[in-house]
Amino acid sequence: MADTTRTVAEPIPTAAPAAFDRRDADWYLDKAVQVLVFIGGISAIIFIIGIFVFVTREGFGFLLEGFSFGEFFGSPRWKPTSEYNTTYGILALVAGTASVTGLAMIVAIPFSLGAAIYIAEFATGKTREILKVLVELLAAIPSVVWGFIGLTIMNPLIIELFDVPVGLNVLNAGVILGLMAAPIMTSIAEDALKAVPDRYREAAEAMGATRWQVIYRVVLPAAKNGLLGAVLLGVGRGFGETMAVLMASGHAVNLPDSIFDSVRALTATIAAELGETAVGSEHYQALFTIGIFLFIITFLINLTADLIVRGIRKG
Amino acid sequence: MNDQGVATILETSQPATAAKGPVKLAVHNLSISYGGTPALVGVDLEIHENEIFGIIGPANSGKTSFLKALNRMDMFNPAMQVAGDILFNGTNIRQWRNVYALRRRIGVVFPLPVGLPMTVYDNVALAPRLSGVNRKADLDDIVERCLRRAALWDEVKDRLDSLGSLLSGGQQQRLTIARALSQDPELLMLDEFSIAVDPVTTMRIEDVLKELRTEMTIILVTNLTQQARRLADRTAFFLTGSCVEIGDTEALFTGNVQDTRTADYIAGRFG
Amino acid sequence: MLFLIMTALLILPVLIILATLIYKGGPAISWEFLFDDPREGMTAGGIFPALVGTIWLVAVALLVSVPLGVAAALYLSEFAPDNWFTRFINLCIINLAGVPSIVHALFGVGAFVLFFGFGTSILAASLTLAIMTLPIVIVATRESLQAVPLAFREACWNMGATRWQTIHRVVLPNAVSGILTGVILEVSRTTGETAPIMFTGAAFFLPFLPTSVFDQTMAMSLHLFVISTQVPGVPDHLPYGVALVLIAMVLTMNAASIGLRMYLRGKKKW
Repeated sequence: MADTTRTVAEPIPTAAPAAFDRRDADWYLDKAVQVLVFIGGISAIIFIIGIFVFVTREGFGFLLEGFSFGEFFGSPRWKPTSEYNTTYGILALVAGTASVTGLAMIVAIPFSLGAAIYIAEFATGKTREILKVLVELLAAIPSVVWGFIGLTIMNPLIIELFDVPVGLNVLNAGVILGLMAAPIMTSIAEDALKAVPDRYREAAEAMGATRWQVIYRVVLPAAKNGLLGAVLLGVGRGFGETMAVLMASGHAVNLPDSIFDSVRALTATIAAELGETAVGSEHYQALFTIGIFLFIITFLINLTADLIVRGIRKG
Repeated sequence: MNDQGVATILETSQPATAAKGPVKLAVHNLSISYGGTPALVGVDLEIHENEIFGIIGPANSGKTSFLKALNRMDMFNPAMQVAGDILFNGTNIRQWRNVYALRRRIGVVFPLPVGLPMTVYDNVALAPRLSGVNRKADLDDIVERCLRRAALWDEVKDRLDSLGSLLSGGQQQRLTIARALSQDPELLMLDEFSIAVDPVTTMRIEDVLKELRTEMTIILVTNLTQQARRLADRTAFFLTGSCVEIGDTEALFTGNVQDTRTADYIAGRFG
Repeated sequence: MLFLIMTALLILPVLIILATLIYKGGPAISWEFLFDDPREGMTAGGIFPALVGTIWLVAVALLVSVPLGVAAALYLSEFAPDNWFTRFINLCIINLAGVPSIVHALFGVGAFVLFFGFGTSILAASLTLAIMTLPIVIVATRESLQAVPLAFREACWNMGATRWQTIHRVVLPNAVSGILTGVILEVSRTTGETAPIMFTGAAFFLPFLPTSVFDQTMAMSLHLFVISTQVPGVPDHLPYGVALVLIAMVLTMNAASIGLRMYLRGKKKW
């Protein structure tokens, strides 16, 4: 007994690592792969920093000289090519972007929320699958095609329906943008609704709540962070959309009074004017400065949306 | 490995405890914790070449963690912390520069069978291929030998090209054993292998393990105390993260224990 | 049912739009349209250079983004520790997807066209597209890598396989079709992008086929923009035809991606 259960008293000599534990080709290959995929992993960081650095680099001259904070953000006059008095005020452009995005959200929020509720709470089996596929296909339509639709279908439709001279305006771009943002909002909102545990619903139903009461009182409040994240991502999408807004909004520098006014968006301004400016000119640099502004705003929107959506996943 | 000394021990066949081979694995003051929560504390033991070393104990006693430390699977789990020394063939495995080479010498079978989603043949041929065996004839040889040893050959010999992950649970477990044997390991560790296997197959695998003892050292973690009795030369009793007792299997099972908890567990009074 | 109506209202416009495009663009489609150069100041002829240009742009973009995206996904799924740095990478991926396409275009101009001196070329445009669509590959690849159970990896590690051997022999073979789904989705997205290529490599009118990545090229998406807004006197059926071909390319690939995903879901290997 004492023999077999003895605790180890005498130290066992630790031999030097023998030849058999040498690092072989596979070991080195493994290390090499680790380095390679790490480079891939940090590429996203490099690109984000790269975008900021290179866009800032091109816009830097303007920031140093022509830039005036008050004029840039306070003036509605975007007159980069004026002979006497060039002004770079993006207020009207911000108003254009904001009005179009705002209208887009008014269109997209109820529809995408409704669709998300239907898909998550009511639809079953095949219907559900088909609807999800359709929503996904909706998201796939390229923005230039949406712009073309705004130009050729929405434009005459608006002129006819509302008896206005021009159909390329806030309404047109807003509806187009709403349809563009709705699919992504629908699928994120649907995820958020799906994440609400079934026992919540069962508990409410056990207390005699109707289906609508369950959704309104239990599911929606429980999913509200995810829904907010969906809306924010929709806003980010609307804010950054370029081609569709360029083609459907009328592209006129204007502080809009009504949804039938033509406006011009920040993104569309860059798209329309960059080709006509000389590299390094003040106008060119001012466009890059708008780019920096767009980058920062969308970064903040995405950051907030991510924090909110991540929050529900953890909690 | 298989020198003369070992061979003579085996001729005496039973019980191997009488004459022990050289120390294959020595563990000093081994402690394992997960994110600060201890799973195993202060284990000291030695396992000799060509013995079957049984480890028994109820759930959560640290048996599986012990095995994971032995082949350094802690490397893949940042929360798992291992302290103490583990000497394999006299070298501290924490100083091994190439842990993959270490694992190639240690075969492991865990309780839940894992048939990889490739053909039965590829499952068994995977490890030899990884270490550079590529000749078809050699691989055919290894596959057949390992599947026979794992008592699976007769059932799958006509469908070696079907998916390993779609075999039945019991077959997958034997496939896992065949895979563990495919590199001719010096040390074979089995963790409750019979959970997913029917009793008849269990007995067949047990017979195989008895034969394998001539070629390798075996650590058998089991929740079936009688299995340890049938197979193990010596047995350790683990309880809630510590090693209560190590003893000659026959002695432990005949009541010759130092700690009453061991006797209680073996008699089935808890666990 | 209120919600069903809302869902229908969301999808209905798309069907109307598709129907209109087919109705008005359908007659424009012919072999000549697909395989002829644009003529008479783009008011007649076909779209062949734009079609070929789009294929160039997408192909070169894929050559960059697929290896990079798969590597990034492998790092995140197989190697990255759970710490702030990894969370930061994830945040950057989300932002890469969220940055407006026109800002990507500005980056392309500042970095590839000017700083690296590629000029306005397929190379510069494709690199811009690649970076913009990188998140699609990363996210799709990461998801299909993570769908491979951990137990398979552990079984491999237990046999002494290195991480790379495990990835190469077990993880990738079982994730490759999921990755393919993501790549097709990326192709679809890349095909339709306009803003990022406007100033980096796509030309308004260039009735020659590109011969190298340093050439400029026409592209379907930009061609649609140009003939529907910039060129007067284009007969109606031309832009409709271009829009129809473009959307057919995009939706076909999207449908293929979705179809492949569903087929794979029904064909589990474990």
